[in-house]
Amino acid sequence: MKPHRTIADREDVLGAIMLAPSLVYVILLVGVPFAFAILLSFSDATAGSLHFGWAGLRNYAAILGDAIFLRALRNSAIVTVGSQVLVVVLATAAAQVLRATFRGKRFARFVLLLPWAVPVSLAAIAWTWIFDSTFSVINWTLRAAGLMHGWLYWLGDPALALVAIIIVQAWRIFPFATVIVLAGLASIPQEIIEAAIVDGAGFWRRLIQVELPLLMPVVAVAVLFGVVYTATDLGVVYILTGGGPANTTHVLPTLAFQRGILGADLGQGAAIAVFLLPFLIVVAVAMLRLARHTEVGAR
Amino acid sequence: MDGVDLSIRDGEFLVLLGSSGSGKTTLLRMIAGLERPTSGEIHIGDQRVDGDVPPRARGIAMVFQSYALYPHRTVFQNIAFPLEAARVPRKQIEEKVRWAAELFSISRYLDRYPRQLSGGERQRVALCRALVRDPKVFLLDEPLANLDAKLRNTARDDLKRFQRQIQTTTVYVTHDQVEAMGLGDRIVVMEHGKVRQIGTPQEVYEDPVDTFVATFVGQPPMNLLEARDPSLPARTLLGFRPEHFLPKSVFGTSDDTRVFRFAVRRVEYLGSDRYVYGSVVEAGAPPPAEVTIIAKVPATIALAIPEGETHEFAVPRRALRYFDADTGRKRAP
Repeated sequence: MKPHRTIADREDVLGAIMLAPSLVYVILLVGVPFAFAILLSFSDATAGSLHFGWAGLRNYAAILGDAIFLRALRNSAIVTVGSQVLVVVLATAAAQVLRATFRGKRFARFVLLLPWAVPVSLAAIAWTWIFDSTFSVINWTLRAAGLMHGWLYWLGDPALALVAIIIVQAWRIFPFATVIVLAGLASIPQEIIEAAIVDGAGFWRRLIQVELPLLMPVVAVAVLFGVVYTATDLGVVYILTGGGPANTTHVLPTLAFQRGILGADLGQGAAIAVFLLPFLIVVAVAMLRLARHTEVGAR
Repeated sequence: MDGVDLSIRDGEFLVLLGSSGSGKTTLLRMIAGLERPTSGEIHIGDQRVDGDVPPRARGIAMVFQSYALYPHRTVFQNIAFPLEAARVPRKQIEEKVRWAAELFSISRYLDRYPRQLSGGERQRVALCRALVRDPKVFLLDEPLANLDAKLRNTARDDLKRFQRQIQTTTVYVTHDQVEAMGLGDRIVVMEHGKVRQIGTPQEVYEDPVDTFVATFVGQPPMNLLEARDPSLPARTLLGFRPEHFLPKSVFGTSDDTRVFRFAVRRVEYLGSDRYVYGSVVEAGAPPPAEVTIIAKVPATIALAIPEGETHEFAVPRRALRYFDADTGRKRAP
């Protein structure tokens, strides 16, 4: 037994030491680039030179007058909202199914979680085949089933391409959301569900009037994650459509990449990338407040 | 659950009493339809309900131990829930909820959420929610277990009064024998999924059918002692309640008593009573295995009972019960 206080006894020091690595990581790899991006968005810096001049709000003025940017902004909103609505509905349904006991349940859970484990880029490449203009499985299946007579150019038509993007984004977030909803369902006291059964509530009344309201805080967290993941994702759109056809399916991250890196206009690229920040903050705060507000008090 | 054969009378307050794992809650859940018996029949009124009759069609209402109120609904919405599920017209729901809330004096809380209520208020909301359905049977699963001791007494009184008033058949599950004695018209003592005894509180207390019931009901439990009496069959246990085991001098000479020599180990002063712990020693016989015997001496008997001495205690013969030491079953004297 050591007679003196060692560092392990001093929680204040120990805490700081243990936090330090992750703090350094966050500051260097997230904080600095983030601050730098905000700075860049007010500059006329380009990728070609070391020149750095103050541009004020010119970059922001330029993108707000740009039809492609406005379209990308709209697309970002459509994709984010659309995919999250899809995710909430599907995840709630899947959680209900996975809660039941049936043969092969573990296997079903495993398969369901797979999309979460697949790297975005690989998955997106697989999806480009699914949506391919010639080989699309969806098209061939629909046609073989006699449900379709024309032909769908998934990634060639701006509207359909957005639908495709929504489907892939929803597919990506869905497993995570399902797991969260499952955990939420498990946290509802069994006696409350049984009380509803004895009170004469059928499946739908139970779901809509008891389970879903109690799940609200959990679903809000899942949606918050989904919104952030989707709104900031570059890979899916970049690989699936590259923003095309004719810049109609850009979302903010892909446009920022195109302008800032490929187009070498760092200032404007940064402005596009930073543009979403205030909206995401508002969404995050609103969701967290909702979660806290609807949180079920002690029984 | 094994061989439970039970019929509940109309309007009766029946208590299922047992420790945890005795099957009392399982039995209640089977009546409710939350669990299915593997075999056997359950009838409510003249309807057979085991099998595919869902809980909602059984005419039952249940109050859970945790009250299971819907935390996101107000008190009003909680009480209204079963009525909404039964598609009762809105106006009628309103009337019914207000009537029930009035009955349990929780009208003030109708707009509050369960988390804003105390334990006792929540329990009354749960009762209201059960009441508005006009059930044929009330099923109550330890509804007082989550209340503090002080509240439990008044809640018990309220509950009994209310049940007398509405005259609805009630099945009440508890592990608390004081509750069981105080509330039940009849008590069903259960252990390991089997019914040990069915009877009025008095029958169960005064005339237990076996040593399990004898020691499970009553606090402190019934004293059990090997008889060592040549006039009785071999291996007979004597049973007597602590309150019948009193200093010999308390009894008159005309009383027909059985006298024991009682080595007093410790006296516990409890205000209204003294609990005297010790063991019985019999002259001539080797000291019996240390069986602790308890005497409950009311405060009205002021006699000094010094610790560490042997005293003469007696039990009236009419208060003696006899059990078979091997089977535990009651035996005729």
